[in-house]
Amino acid sequence: MNTATPVTAAVLPRGDRRWVGFRTIVIREFSRIVRIWGQTIVPPAITATLYFIIFGSLIGRRIGDMGGVTYMQYIAPGLIMMSVITNSYGNVVSSFFGAKFGRHVEELLVAPLPNWLIVLGYIAGGVVRGLLVGLVVTVIALFFTHLHVEHLLAVLAAVLLTAVIFSLLGFVNAVFAKNFDQISFVPTFILTPMTYLGGVFYSITMLPDWAQAVSKANPILYMVNAFRYGFLGQSDVNLGLSFALMTIAAAALFGLCVWLMEKGTGTRE
Amino acid sequence: MKALSLRQLSKTYRNGVHALKGIDLDVEQGDFFALLGPNGAGKTTAIGIIASLVNKTAGQVLVFGHDIDTDIEAAKACLGLVPQEINFNQFEKVSTILVNQAGFYGIPRRLAKERMEVWLHKLQLREKRDAVSRSLSGGMKRRLMIARALIHEPRLLILDEPTAGVDIEVRRSMWEFLRQLNDRGTTIILTTHYLEEAENLCRNIAIIDEGRIIEHDRMATVLRKLHSEVFVLNLRQPLSTAPDLPGYAVKLAEDGSIEVEVTKAQNLNDIFAALSARGLEVVSMRNKANRLEELFMRLVEGRDAETGQPKPAASA
Repeated sequence: MNTATPVTAAVLPRGDRRWVGFRTIVIREFSRIVRIWGQTIVPPAITATLYFIIFGSLIGRRIGDMGGVTYMQYIAPGLIMMSVITNSYGNVVSSFFGAKFGRHVEELLVAPLPNWLIVLGYIAGGVVRGLLVGLVVTVIALFFTHLHVEHLLAVLAAVLLTAVIFSLLGFVNAVFAKNFDQISFVPTFILTPMTYLGGVFYSITMLPDWAQAVSKANPILYMVNAFRYGFLGQSDVNLGLSFALMTIAAAALFGLCVWLMEKGTGTRE
Repeated sequence: MKALSLRQLSKTYRNGVHALKGIDLDVEQGDFFALLGPNGAGKTTAIGIIASLVNKTAGQVLVFGHDIDTDIEAAKACLGLVPQEINFNQFEKVSTILVNQAGFYGIPRRLAKERMEVWLHKLQLREKRDAVSRSLSGGMKRRLMIARALIHEPRLLILDEPTAGVDIEVRRSMWEFLRQLNDRGTTIILTTHYLEEAENLCRNIAIIDEGRIIEHDRMATVLRKLHSEVFVLNLRQPLSTAPDLPGYAVKLAEDGSIEVEVTKAQNLNDIFAALSARGLEVVSMRNKANRLEELFMRLVEGRDAETGQPKPAASA
């Protein structure tokens, strides 16, 4: 081992240094998604294909039209949203918990990065995977049905806010998780039932009054419907309320994640 | 200027363990400093707090004058940490780990790659650039962690047991590397279980035990506190019983050489004269290299755990 003169750096302004740091976290997250593509991209693509074949083609033909569109066209936005929710959440919870478990989260904790930037980096990683898988599922949907976009802005805003919210929820889960069981508990017992009952496969107008009231307490209903509105121009819930709820939830969860990092919960204990 | 300054640093964990009980510590810029202590003494907690891996309960930490409470980013930028446990992503390539770490410190990718080449060369890891890190040997993993800690060229490098579990050849080469790094101006703080390592490398030392600093001085001064040294004498004819040298404690070693404890009031000439008188010829001599270990044991065993003050001498 020897110590020749190292390459010296020009000291960048703080904003530029932070940008480099943020970009590095996102690149690392993206590399992880690509490196383990067999776990990140392929399974949701297979699941979505099965849903389209079974629910869309086979069962959907017997169901008939839903509000003037085929059943396949009705469930396609819901299935896309479901893959975005599952993958945004799954990416952050497994990546951040994996970093805690393997202790390489310390690489970030010792670096001069503010906590909000670390949270933002992981959320960006979750959003990238959510959108990437959402895009793959959209392409698969196009093999089965025609998708007409009625309100592009609503589609983009809904999918982005949903990916951000579930990435943040994945981060919270990873912060508190102490073992691998605890990172699969929430997706299995909370996320999946809420998604299935959040209007992915049906309109809540088909339900009795009491069930409609219960469904309206499910935040996923608002996300799925805002997204579906972007494609079909129809929604079971008030759109203004949907976007307001999503924006408030994203801001509140971001604040919570940064606070947990500042406090050191699960990381600096 | 002080590279590191700790004032009344305390840490109480949630389970009630009082790991640090208000320690004060100063490390000057350019120093090669040893922080020693038995397992559980609080070394890793102290390092964890300095490197922002553990939240402190109370006290102040200044890294090159930057307070970690008010100027954390500047403090972190001055610091490089080589932790005790492997903490890189074992699924990532060596090059990815180094370039990413540089990125976390705000070093642009192109410059990061240039730096990576330099440090890979310095730490003899060039051939392993594209290897997945989990495939590296134990010594290589340690060197990778050193390269990672140095990629942003910190002014203060903290190494927590860097040579644990590596073979003697790698250890020696790491010592030489660290010595050169220190000569070029990097302040180094080292914790180690190999007291010989601290004695060889470090100019100043602090000994921590049960959350308190029980010794903090120059290495030479600390070693002078030993009132005696043990010399190993190799004889032309190995002995089967220890010779009787009046006034000296003599022990027979397994290889037939003898170990003689010499106090400050005694001298080696008398020993040689006494051995010559018995017809014993000394062919070589060395100082038994565990002086620090002896001192360490005396200090740690001789302190009261509650007060941190020296224990009263036991009465017969």
